[in-house]
Amino acid sequence: MTEEEKKYTTISIPTPLANKVKERIKGTGFSSVSAYTTYVLRQIISTDEPKEEAFSKEDEERIKERLRSLGYLD
Amino acid sequence: MIRPHGGRLIDRTASDREREALLGSADEMTSLDVHSGKASEIQNIATGVYSPLEGFFSGGDLESVLDRMRLEDDTPWTIPIVLDVPKSVKAGEDIVLRHDGKPMAVMNVEDVHTSDLGRYSRAVFGTDDPQHPGVAKVKEMTGRFAGGRITLLNEYDVPFPEFYLRPSETRVLFREKGWETVVAFQTRNPPHVGHEYVQKAALTFTDGLLINPVIGKKKSGDFQDGIILKTYQKLVEHYYPKDRVVLSTLLIDMWYGGPKEAILHAIMRKNLGCTHIIIGRDHAGVGKYYGPFDAHEIFKQFPDLEIEPFTFRSFAYCPRCGSPVNDKICPHDKDLINYSGTMVRALVNEGKLPSREMMRPEVAEVIAAEKDVFVE
Ligand SMILES: [Zn+2]
Repeated sequence: MTEEEKKYTTISIPTPLANKVKERIKGTGFSSVSAYTTYVLRQIISTDEPKEEAFSKEDEERIKERLRSLGYLD
Repeated sequence: MIRPHGGRLIDRTASDREREALLGSADEMTSLDVHSGKASEIQNIATGVYSPLEGFFSGGDLESVLDRMRLEDDTPWTIPIVLDVPKSVKAGEDIVLRHDGKPMAVMNVEDVHTSDLGRYSRAVFGTDDPQHPGVAKVKEMTGRFAGGRITLLNEYDVPFPEFYLRPSETRVLFREKGWETVVAFQTRNPPHVGHEYVQKAALTFTDGLLINPVIGKKKSGDFQDGIILKTYQKLVEHYYPKDRVVLSTLLIDMWYGGPKEAILHAIMRKNLGCTHIIIGRDHAGVGKYYGPFDAHEIFKQFPDLEIEPFTFRSFAYCPRCGSPVNDKICPHDKDLINYSGTMVRALVNEGKLPSREMMRPEVAEVIAAEKDVFVE
C-alpha cells in the first residue's frame, strides 16, 4: 500500500446519490463528493458518540470542597 | 454537559503511590529542564485541558496535524503540542521534566522524530517569517521531538492559584450551577464597556459566562495578570448577576497563530465544559499575518468540533445610538468611537479617567490606583 492508500479508503454509495451530491456541491467550497461526504460523516459521528463517565465520588467531593473554599460554590 | 474533546477527560496526575515511586527513581533518569511555557503545557496535558492528549505529540500526530489539522485518529487539532529534545534523549526511556529545578513530570518516550522547522512554521502559521513571534519560538526548537505519555508529579506553580480552575473543577461547577450552555471569553486586558457588551450579548443566549483571562508569559507592555483579575472582579461585582458568571484563569502560552490558535483555544474551553466561545476580530493574531476574520472562517472546516463560536466582527461606542454597537446593528459607522487600549494607557499615564461610556468607573479606579499596571 502507498502512504495515500493507508490514509484514505473507498466506500460505496448509490450512483444517483453521488450524482445528487455532485450537483449539491457546485459553487460551494467542497472540492469533491469525497470531501463533502467526509464533512457530513464527521458532523454526524460527533453528535452520535456516548456521553462521558462521571467523576468518582471521592474526586467529586474533593472538587466541591475546593470550589467552596475558593467561594465558587456556596 | 458537552463531552471533552475526543470523548474523555484526561487526568495524568500521579496517584500518591505512583508519585512516590517515580520520585524515588527520578534521579536516575535523563533530566530535561523546561521553561515556563512548556511547564504550562505539561500542566494542561495532565489536567485534561488538552484532552485527548495524554502527552506530547508522537511523530504520527505531528505530521497529521501539520498536514490536515487533525490528530492521527481524525480528532480536530491545529497547533502541535511538542517536546523538542536534545540528541541525548532516546526512544524507550523514561525522562524527568524539571521546571525551576523541581521535578514536574515523568515522560515515557515512545518515539523520537525529526521535523523540518521551516515546514512546521509554514504549516502552522502560514509563514516562516522570523518576525512572527510563533515562528521565532519554533526557530528556537531543536527540530527533534519526543512523543509519549506524561505523568505529573508536581503541579505548575500557578500565579493567583485562588483563580485557577482545572477542567474537572469547572465541569463540576457548571453542573452544580445547572448550566448546560456556557460561553467562554478569553482575555488579556482589563475590561472596557465594549468587552462587557460582547460578553453580555453572548450571555443573553447561554446559561452562563466563563470569563477566562490568560495567565502565561507576557510581553513587555502587556497588562499585569493581577490588574486584569482585579478589574474583572470589580466589573462582575457591580454589573453582572453573580449566578451567571465564573471568573477563572487558564494557562496559555500564546503562539499568535491566528485562526489555528482560535481552534486550539476553543478546544481548551470545550474541555473546561464550555459549549461556546467568543471569537472577535483577528483572534490570537499578530501584525498583518492573518485576515481580520480568518479566525471566524476556520470553524467551518470542523463540523465535529462541537464547541461553537460566537463571532463578532467589531464593536464600538455609537454616540447617536447612545450604546455600544457592532457593525450589524448600527448604521452610523462615521460616528463610532472605538474602544481602545490607548484610552487605558492615557488613564495610566495622565491619570485621566475615561468616560462612563468607555469604561466603568469602578474598573477605571482600580487601574488608576495601581502603580505597576504593565509588564516591564
Ligand atoms: Zn449607531
